[in-house]
This record gives sequence, structure tokens and C-alpha cells, in this order.
Amino acid sequence: MTTQEVGRPRRRKEDARLLTGRTQWTDNLTRPGVLHVMFLRSPMAHARIERVDVSAARGLPGVVAAFSGRDFAGEQGSLPCAWPVSEDIVIPDHPPMAVDEVRYVGEAVACVIATDRYRAADALDAIEVDYEPLPAVVDMNEALSPGSPKVHEAGNKAFSATITSGDLDAAFRDAPVVIDRTYVQQRLIPTAMEPRAVMADTDGESFTVWSSTQIPHVLRVMLAVVTGIPEHRIRVIAPDVGGGFGSKLQVTAEEVLCLLLARRLGRPVKWTESRSEGNLTVHHGRDQIQHIRLAADADGRIRGLQVSLLADMGAYLMLVTPGIPMLGASLFNSIYKMDAYEFNCTGVFTTKMPTDAYRGAGRPEATFGIERTMDELAAELDLDPIEVRRRNWIRHEEFPYTTIAGLTYDSGNYEAATDKALSLFGYDKLRAEQADRRDRRDPVQLGIGVSTYTEMCGLAPSRMLGEANYGAGGWEHASVRMLPTGKVEVITGTSPHGQGHVTSWSQIAADALGVPFEDITVLHGDTAVAHKGMDTYGSRSLVIGGVAVVKACDKVREKARKLAAHVLECSPDDLDFEAGAFKVRGTDQSRTIQELAYAAFTAHDLPDGVEARLDSDATFDPDNYSFPHGTHLCAVEVDTETGMVKIRSYVAVDDVGTVINPLIVEGQVHGGIAQGIAQALFEEAVYDADGNLLTTTMADYLLPSAADLPSFTLDRTETPATSNPLGAKGVGEAGTIASTPAVVNAIVDALRPHGIDDVRMPCTPERVWRALEGVRR
Amino acid sequence: MIPAQFDYERPSSLAEACEALAADDEAKVLAGGQSLLPLLRLRLAYPTTLVDVGRLEELQGVHDRGDHVFIGAMATHDEVMRSPAVTSGCPLVAMATSQVADPAIRHRGTFGGSLAHADPAGDLPAVVLALDGVLVARSAEGEREIPAAEFFVDYLESSLAQGEILAGVKIPKLGEGWGFHYEKFHRTAQSWATVGVAAAVHRSNGTITEARIGLTNMGPTPVRARATEESLRDVELGEQVRRACEQAADGTSPPSDLHAQPDYRRHLARVLTHRAVRTASGSP
Ligand SMILES: Cc1cc2nc3c(=O)[nH]c(=O)nc-3n(C[C@H](O)[C@H](O)[C@H](O)COP(=O)(O)OP(=O)(O)OC[C@H]3O[C@@H](n4cnc5c(N)ncnc54)[C@H](O)[C@@H]3O)c2cc1C
Repeated sequence: MTTQEVGRPRRRKEDARLLTGRTQWTDNLTRPGVLHVMFLRSPMAHARIERVDVSAARGLPGVVAAFSGRDFAGEQGSLPCAWPVSEDIVIPDHPPMAVDEVRYVGEAVACVIATDRYRAADALDAIEVDYEPLPAVVDMNEALSPGSPKVHEAGNKAFSATITSGDLDAAFRDAPVVIDRTYVQQRLIPTAMEPRAVMADTDGESFTVWSSTQIPHVLRVMLAVVTGIPEHRIRVIAPDVGGGFGSKLQVTAEEVLCLLLARRLGRPVKWTESRSEGNLTVHHGRDQIQHIRLAADADGRIRGLQVSLLADMGAYLMLVTPGIPMLGASLFNSIYKMDAYEFNCTGVFTTKMPTDAYRGAGRPEATFGIERTMDELAAELDLDPIEVRRRNWIRHEEFPYTTIAGLTYDSGNYEAATDKALSLFGYDKLRAEQADRRDRRDPVQLGIGVSTYTEMCGLAPSRMLGEANYGAGGWEHASVRMLPTGKVEVITGTSPHGQGHVTSWSQIAADALGVPFEDITVLHGDTAVAHKGMDTYGSRSLVIGGVAVVKACDKVREKARKLAAHVLECSPDDLDFEAGAFKVRGTDQSRTIQELAYAAFTAHDLPDGVEARLDSDATFDPDNYSFPHGTHLCAVEVDTETGMVKIRSYVAVDDVGTVINPLIVEGQVHGGIAQGIAQALFEEAVYDADGNLLTTTMADYLLPSAADLPSFTLDRTETPATSNPLGAKGVGEAGTIASTPAVVNAIVDALRPHGIDDVRMPCTPERVWRALEGVRR
Repeated sequence: MIPAQFDYERPSSLAEACEALAADDEAKVLAGGQSLLPLLRLRLAYPTTLVDVGRLEELQGVHDRGDHVFIGAMATHDEVMRSPAVTSGCPLVAMATSQVADPAIRHRGTFGGSLAHADPAGDLPAVVLALDGVLVARSAEGEREIPAAEFFVDYLESSLAQGEILAGVKIPKLGEGWGFHYEKFHRTAQSWATVGVAAAVHRSNGTITEARIGLTNMGPTPVRARATEESLRDVELGEQVRRACEQAADGTSPPSDLHAQPDYRRHLARVLTHRAVRTASGSP
């Protein structure tokens, strides 16, 4: 052990295996005698199920069984919603397989279990279903209007919630400037590289479920609660998982039904979705209508902010559906100071796929709302958009700062990040080019967009989750085991699905224990191996789980110190720990921690009261969230003849606190920015008026590839978090949160001289062209 | 998703392939599979037999035949765009082919498959139409030549009869003085053309003497921008060209989908035709 590991751009331990195909995706796994499940899904957005007849399917070759919802009625329970955000919330019954009524296209109504997938697919065609159509409810405003058809008996309002702080009336009374805008966060489909897949097996007593999930631990608890199978008889394994972006932070119908089928048939069963099936039935993201009013003084200082959201829940409340808009509740005020704030949110039921967490979850929506509005304020006052932000943001010397929404931001330096971004971007030069193109009436106009942001990461302090009425805690757990030969097993309760925890956790443990990076292995994602955990989402893994690893290593080191003192015949206080060895101060006597692991294993000579193991467990629960921040700048070229938008350059300076592995951080920022740009320019889940999803394939649901994106220029400032001993803040979502408004602000900036002050996302060429046509007329 | 069940045949000669096709009314030719397999997997087509023509010697290769280039139906997009016979004899074909999908698909998808599929959103039908290509079909009855103008009948429908196999396409070489450009407008690098314009323009002393323009995705079949072509006879570069291109969408009936409505497609056709003609004629 020589150099410090934390901060090194280590190549990922995971990659050689991933890149050479030696992976264990759930779909690659099999069990002797495995059966294949296929689901028949509703083609109707809303209908009463009059009759389901699976008998013809049962008779087909290779078919072992076929069932409808009625066959599960007694045992399937209701899919859980763990976050009842308000007193008035309505949580409708949500059977994994529809029994009497379907409420979105894609809802499962029957299934076939066959000896192979091909026969199962053929047999689906033989199932007969009679539907009695009911009216679809697609539009949120219409859903809330009196006389709208109902999605559920209790009506179309799922919940309402309000937060107020300060005197809003006073802030708006006689305000010299009021900006009043409505923005639409389109519906998105999280698209992980690996589709969802589940396999379940039983030995007659116990059950094992393999699932492409982000949350094996939460899933285990929930499967027990939903099915009544005792928790200790369920083991959940998340093998290699190829991305999630929140979509695998879910307890899905397919997971519950596969478990029930394994129990009913006494055989292993497996299901893997197709991409089109995924587009229909992976929970969707975003989908908000944001009405924002902002009052300001003539110099641009914000007086008050009022936010009213309609949030589309879809047909049911899934694991954290209603909590998603509420994660933005305390962040519309963002990095700015103001006198008054009000946030209202109404959750609305529609006959569409339920929404839930999608990368950023509530925070991209909030950041978009405020950052678009700040640009409108700048335009109204004829100020530079950077200047308006400067006049309002919290200055670095003001931290810790308790915001109008009640969060305490522990640290940050918005000035430093912004200055760095401006100089990397060449802001003044681009503004000069913009002016020139405007003067020349160049058909290709240049637009410059800025987005500053902060977000709350490290979900989450358990106490705060309790106050928010969330159904679980936010701690994380880690164990460290020193093996006889001095190698180390780190067991983490986080559940990586592409983030590189194995590498980062190795770096953390290498420094804490003074053992080589190569001597550490990290185990995760199996409830029988990593017995406690709260899994991976909300940029929490490093900030909570990484810190738990530090704590577990600290405990091992203190145990080793006792053992070292005994072996070296000195007092523990006389020992210095350096480079992996305990040294008796003032002598050349020492023992490495790896040698001591062997001494603990043989146990030939242990001091009294010391057990024969250098192991430990630790749990970490922070007192506060962490608050990454940053400044993103985007330059776009808008072809005013065709409406095509091309990103010319993109600069991001993020402050994610202490960086464990810069390569991994860059990767997260790259992917995040790409995903945020995708919302700005490309992606949209489109339902027609009858509630049919029109974007079921990738020809219609457009995802950008590397060929559609520029090279990003990335840099960092490092202001350590004070809420955890690593000083880390979380980086999983930052890029996605900041980039969407940066791109749209740039587009609007290019078009503003034409009299355009908004373009709806995604800003397709056709939408940009229509906006221009609208003002040309 | 999973296709319905089908039989698979891989004949070793074109004659055998014709027989296999004739034996089953619901049989389909399988070339690169890049369009057919998605249809099968989405269960939008249910052929009972697939006749794989991938290994038929008679359909391979690109051949320079003096006054025309003969492109075998099974020549892959990658092969076509790199073929010297194509890049020198009919460069417009290479320009458009290099913009088809992505490298993986270009290594499997074929020239013949693209035309036989008769998808008006495909890039190559408009090109072959603009260049007055001649499609050579084989069946048990023998060989038949079909001018491009008669080949594309309707959306995903060609004039090939059941039992006929496209053997290849003759692309006439245009002589001195011709310039070419394929202008493809699409939302992401990997997506199909919202609208595409294939232009071949003949210049002489600062004037355009003749232009041939094919439009991608402006109707149920690829179409020629005839009005613009008429107006581009013996015109000077500049304002007259711009005005001629204003007629590019005349007589078209473009589709409406998530990427574009018809009025926007018409607008694009006009703008892109102007760009394509300007570039093909070498004017800035
Ligand atoms: C993701 C994706 C993106 C794409 N993007 C584009 C694009 O941007 N532009 C573009 O032009 N194309 C695009 N394509 C289509 C691609 O070019 C296909 O290769 C082409 O359309 C069909 O060629 P194929 O050899 O794969 O034909 P196949 O899929 O094998 O066959 C297509 C049809 O033609 C028939 N057929 C094939 N060969 C013959 C023959 N010799 N005689 C008679 N009938 C025959 C088949 O029976 C079938 O009906 C894309 C495809 C994919 C999957």
C-alpha cells in the first residue's frame, strides 16, 4: 500500500467481464426444467373484463398452464405503494394481474406457461378476452374537470399537498415584475440497456427470485408482504443488472406473478420482456404540468415563488409514485434566496401506465421549472441570464444556509463553479457570434443556455423520511470480512447496476484498511450474501453506502489494533497505523493488518475477550441530505428553415464533493447529460386520445446515440459535503437534472428575437418550425 | 418479440429459389432480414416459408457493365457504398447508401431488399427512381425488366409478382457534367428519413440544363419532383433555382406520423430540394 486510492481514476474492475460477455444477466440464467411465462396484455386503455377464456391455450403443444387474473384473485394481493404523501391520498387496489377491470394498455390479463418462449408466445393468440370498453382518461386537466369519466371509483384525484413558507401575498403585492408561465414535462420511458427479466424457483419450502432489479432487499420485504410467504423463506438475487435509471426501483406485477407461479407449479419459471412490452409496462417517468409564478423587484431580486403542479400518476400508485413530484417540493427555489414560497401538487389518475422514479425523480422537474423561469425573468428585465442568477443565489460565505423551503444546504460555491464554466465555455465570444448571426439574419441562429442547479442526494436521513411519511428508512449497511490470507470481502447493501460500486468501494476500503486495491472483492445484490441493505437509487449509494464501508473498515482496524498490541506486546495507544501496518512508536516492530488477519484465523494466541475474526458490520444514517450543485452551459445552432437543433458545445462544471474515482464520476455525468438532452430534444411517450401508446418501438420513441451528441467539456469544483465523513455528495443524477433546462434555454435564447419565449419538449424540428411559423404569420 | 412459426429453406440456385417460392403462396424471400424480421417479430407478417436467398451466387456483387452499373440484389449496403463501380459510375447511390441506418445494419441489409421492400421511407427507392434504374426480376417463367417508375406500386408494395425474385438493378451511368447529392433529414443519426431528396443535376456554363429529383417519404411510394424538374430546364443558378424548388412538394401526398405532419413534410421537401440541387450543382 503506497499511494492513496481515493481520487485515482481507476479503471473499473467490472469492465473486463462485462465487455467480454461473461455476464450473468437474469435472462442468461436457467434452472433445470425451467418454464417460460408470457403475459397477455390489455389492448384497451380502460375496459371491464367480461370474460377470459384460456382453455384453448391450455391444450396447445408445450403449454403447461394458462391462467387469468381470476385464477390469482385469492392470493395475488395488491402491488405496494410505500409513500402515502398526504392525508387525503387514495391508494387504489392494484392487483398484479387485472381481474375485473383494465386501466391502461399493457396491463396483464392472462398468462401462458410453456416449455419454451416460442410456444408460450403462440399460445397467447389462443386466449379469448371479452372487454366492455370504458372511456379512456388521458388528459390531466380533463381528468380533474367535473363530469370526467373516472379511472377509479373514488375519482381521479390521487392526492393534494401544499407547502408554504413566508408571506406570498406580500411578495406578489405591488411586485414590479411577475413572470407567469406553464411548462410541460412530457412523459418519458426509462430505457435501460437490459430489459426487465425475472426467474423464480422453489424447493417446496423456500423461494429464490432472480430479478433485474435495483432493489433486491426492498423487493424481498415487499414480496413477503404482498404474497404472505414468510420473509425468511424468500431470497432475492439481483445478478448483473444492465441499467435501471429508476425503472427497476419497483415491485412489479411480473415479479409477484412469477413467484406465485413457481409456488403453484412447483417448478422454476422465467420471464423476459421484449422491448415493446417494456415501453408499455416499465413504469414511466416525469409527466407534469407546471404552473409557475415568480415575483421580483426591478433589479431582478426574487420576492416570491408559487408553484402549482399537476402530476400524472397513471392508473395506479406504484412503489413511490406519489413521492416523485414531492421530491421536487423543496427544490423549486433551488439555489436562490427569496422571501416567500408556495408549492402545491395534485396527483392525477389517468388510464395510462403508472409513473414513478426516473433518473433525477422530481429534481429535474423542479430544476427545469425554476431555470426556465429565471431566463424569462432575465429577458423581462433585459439582463444577462447569468447576472440574474448571481443577484439571487446563496453566496458561498452564507453556508450553511436554511432555504425558504426549509432544507439546510451544508456547503457549496456557486460563484466558483459558474466562473469556471463561463471561462471553459468562452461565453463572451459565443455571445459576440450570436450578435453577429442575428445582425446578418443568418438562417442558422445561435442560442446560449445556462442552468445552475442544486439537488438533494443521499436518500436519505431516516428521520426525514419518517417525517415525509415514507414507508422505510434511508440508512445503509456494510460488512467487512478479512479472510485468513489477508484478502478482504466488502459486503454492501447497495445494489449496483452499472455504477461501478465494486471499484469505488474497493478504493475506499483500500485506503481505510491499507490493503492493496486488488486484494479486495465486493459482494452485493443477493439477500443471502448482503443480508441487510436499502439498495441503489437517488444518488445514495456512495453517500450512504460508501460511508457505511468506511465505518465498517474503521471497526475492523480498531479490532486489529487490539490484536496487534497483544502480538507486539505493547499498549494499543503505542501503535501507529500507517500503510496497512501497526507500528510500535519509536521501534521497527510492526505487523500488517493482513498478517493479523491470519493470526485472528488461527486464533492460537488471542487476547482475552477478542473473537477469532477480523470482521465487522456497520450501518450509516446521515443527519442531512447532501447537495451537489453545478453550472451547465449549452450552445445550440437552430436552423430556422427546418427547425433542426444541433448542440454545438456543452460545458458542465459540477460540484459533487469529494471524488472517489474521477473516471466513474465523468461517466456518470456523461450519461446523465445525454439523458437530459434526450428529454429536451428527442424522447416522448405519446398516448392517443383513446389511451393507446404510440411509441412502442425505438423507431417512434427516439433515443439519441453518441452520434447525436457533441463532446462534452467537463470540469469540477470540490466543496466537500459536511453531512458525511467522505465529503461525497452523489453524482448519479446531476447531469440529467441540469442539462434539460440548459438545452431548452439555449433554444429559446436563439429564437427570442423572433418573438418566441417557449418551445415544448421535446423540441423537435417540427415544433421549432411551427413556433417560427406561428410568429411569421 | 417472437415470430409465429415458419419453415425455412435455403436453396442453392436461383432456379431452385424460384421453385421454392412458387410452391407456397405465403412464402417470402429473406435477404438481409433487417426489414422482414422486425415485421415477423411484431407479428405484422405471418409468412409460412422463408426462402433465404443470401447465398445465391447469381445475386451477389456489383458489376461495371459499360453504360450501366449492375448491383446484385444481395449486395449489402456496406459493399455498395465502398464499390468503386458505384462511387465512380453512380455516386448518388453511394451517397445515399452511406446514410442508411448504422454500420451493423449496413453490413446485413441489402440493396435488393431495400427496393423489394418498397418502403417509401427507405433511402434507396427514391435514388433508383431518380436515376431511372431498371430492376431485373427472375421467376420460374424467366427474366423480366421493370423500369423503376413502374416498380413502386404502393406502400410496401412493389410490382414483383409472388414467385418473382429481384436479381439486381441496372443503374444507367450519367455522363459528363452531372453532379449529385442526397439530402437526408432525420431526427437522430439512426432514424429513417423524415424526408429525403435525391438530386442529379446537369450543369453547363453556370446554368442547370437538366435535373432529376427523387423524394423519400413524401407519399406511399417514392416520387419524382416533376414540377421542379420541369422548371429546372436551362435555368441560371440563383433565384430561379430557388423558385423552381418551391414546387418540389407539388403533387405529393406525404404521410403523417409522430415525426412530422404533411404540411411540415411539404415544407421540408421544398427546403431540402433547394439544398440538394444547390449542392449537386456545385453552387455554395
Ligand atoms: C434499425 C433500422 C434502421 C434502418 N434505417 C434505415 C434507413 O435509415 N434507411 C433505409 O433505407 N433503410 C433503413 N433500414 C432498412 C435496411 O436498409 C434494410 O436492410 C432494408 O430495408 C431491407 O433489406 P434486407 O436485405 O434486410 O431485406 P429483408 O428484410 O430480408 O427483406 C425485406 C423485404 O424484401 C423482400 N425481399 C428481399 N430481397 C428480395 C429479393 N431479392 N427479391 C424479392 N424480394 C426480396 C423480402 O421478402 C421482404 O419482404 C433500417 C433497418 C433497421 C433495422
